[in-house]
Amino acid sequence: MKIAVAIKQVPLRDSPLRVNAAGTWIDEDNLGFEINEPDAYALEEALQLREKHGGEVIVISAGPARVSQTIREALAKGADRGIHIEVATSVITNDTLRVANLLAAALKTEAPDLILTGLQSDDLGYGQTGVVLAELLGLPSSTIIMQVEIQPGKVRVKRELEDGWFQHIEMPLPAVLTIQSGLNKLRYATLMGIKKAKTKEIKVITLDGASEVPSASAVIERLYAPEKNKAGQIFDGDPKTAAAKLVEKLRFEARVL
Amino acid sequence: MSVLAIVEQRMAGEVLAAAQQFGSPVHAYSIDLPYTADAYAAAVEELVRKMNPALVVFGHTYQTRDYAPKLAARFGRFLISDIIAGKPPVFVRQMFQGKFNADVRLTGDGPHFVSIQAGAWRAEGSPTTEPFIPASPITRQAAEPPFREAARAVDLTAADIIVSVGRGIKEKENIPVVEALAQALGAELAASRPICDAGWLPMDRQVGSSGQTVSPKVYFAIGISGAIQHLVGMKGAKTVVAINKDPDAPIFEVAHYGIVGDLFEVVPALVEEIKKTKV
Repeated sequence: MKIAVAIKQVPLRDSPLRVNAAGTWIDEDNLGFEINEPDAYALEEALQLREKHGGEVIVISAGPARVSQTIREALAKGADRGIHIEVATSVITNDTLRVANLLAAALKTEAPDLILTGLQSDDLGYGQTGVVLAELLGLPSSTIIMQVEIQPGKVRVKRELEDGWFQHIEMPLPAVLTIQSGLNKLRYATLMGIKKAKTKEIKVITLDGASEVPSASAVIERLYAPEKNKAGQIFDGDPKTAAAKLVEKLRFEARVL
Repeated sequence: MSVLAIVEQRMAGEVLAAAQQFGSPVHAYSIDLPYTADAYAAAVEELVRKMNPALVVFGHTYQTRDYAPKLAARFGRFLISDIIAGKPPVFVRQMFQGKFNADVRLTGDGPHFVSIQAGAWRAEGSPTTEPFIPASPITRQAAEPPFREAARAVDLTAADIIVSVGRGIKEKENIPVVEALAQALGAELAASRPICDAGWLPMDRQVGSSGQTVSPKVYFAIGISGAIQHLVGMKGAKTVVAINKDPDAPIFEVAHYGIVGDLFEVVPALVEEIKKTKV
């Protein structure tokens, strides 16, 4: 079966993030980037499904030139080929509908049997690119998936609900699933995989005319650090002093120890 | 600005309260149909076309996340999801896992679609909604009844003291560092999602939107940054203590007491101090 995995490149976890001069996005200078974590689980699930059922895994991502590095890393883990829709950062930061449109246009001709992506991104966190992608391609979708079982012509999934509840859903293929982290164990790229990835194809799609990119229905007007909670007491100094102070407060002020 | 509130049992009062702040008149409907993404997207699409609201408001539930983006796309819009404040045309939502807030401005004509974060609006009054039954339900999906995995081995909801550990612990081999604290306090050990995903602690010790919702007397968040998915599970704690090396971590926003520092130095020091009180 042909499986497409839509991945996103986001700043490295624990990067020191600053708001840019315009106050509308982060300052990306000197930042490192990596695959969005839930997308890594989607990729792993695709690789495992291929091992079980055969076929091909295609990774697709929209973003500036730097995104090709993250696609290459996915190829090193075992994906067969990549598609990079090269667009400016501003195109991918404002609106998931626009990103989903770009992905849908590229995937229409590929006609995969299954499309996987992470349930949300670690940067914008709108949590809907996969669902919108399904809609644009006219496919059924299911979200926050913890288990994928391929059956002839259809897929049966275990969907996570709130408070430890789950539900099984069945739908015909092709379909789009958004994957929850933790449903599998992530693999590392092997040296051989990294070597092989260098020769794998990454198709680059460039968009020149603005007409090809539908406009946003909402824009980030301002990005800022949330207001600090003034009520909290922070103890500093050496660990021993801070710990002693904390225990004293918990015993005699909060009276909880 | 006319507002359509789509109400499910979860968050019903909050959704109605938010809708009333966003505009008037407010029409509130619950969808009277077994849930599938296909069926609800079609039903609410029919309702939106009939009512022609400027704004459609949802609770940011797992169900909303499953179908509302699909619906919004049918109107050339996307869902402004998980908002924590604001009113039309500017809403506030968290980005970068709570490290920043963003003011998001709607552009173009309605209908626009927003989902509100659990706990961000206070439920008011008794919710009254009309059931909506679509003219022609359609779905490609077959849903089985919800279920829970075998009974949880651990009930964190009854614990007075919880010591919870996050990514800051770095490796499975370091778990004993926080275990020692839990033992010194007579506390239950819990974790944020990534720790359970990695298999460092069992899934039934997970606190957060997909795990348990707890309200102990004291909650120690050790090396937990405080993404919203975790906060919703522990906001009810009477006292929150945060230990994190990042002074800007969102967990400090909800902490009553905090220590900014290396947990591998702070936690052992804390264990020593607690042991002193028990001599």
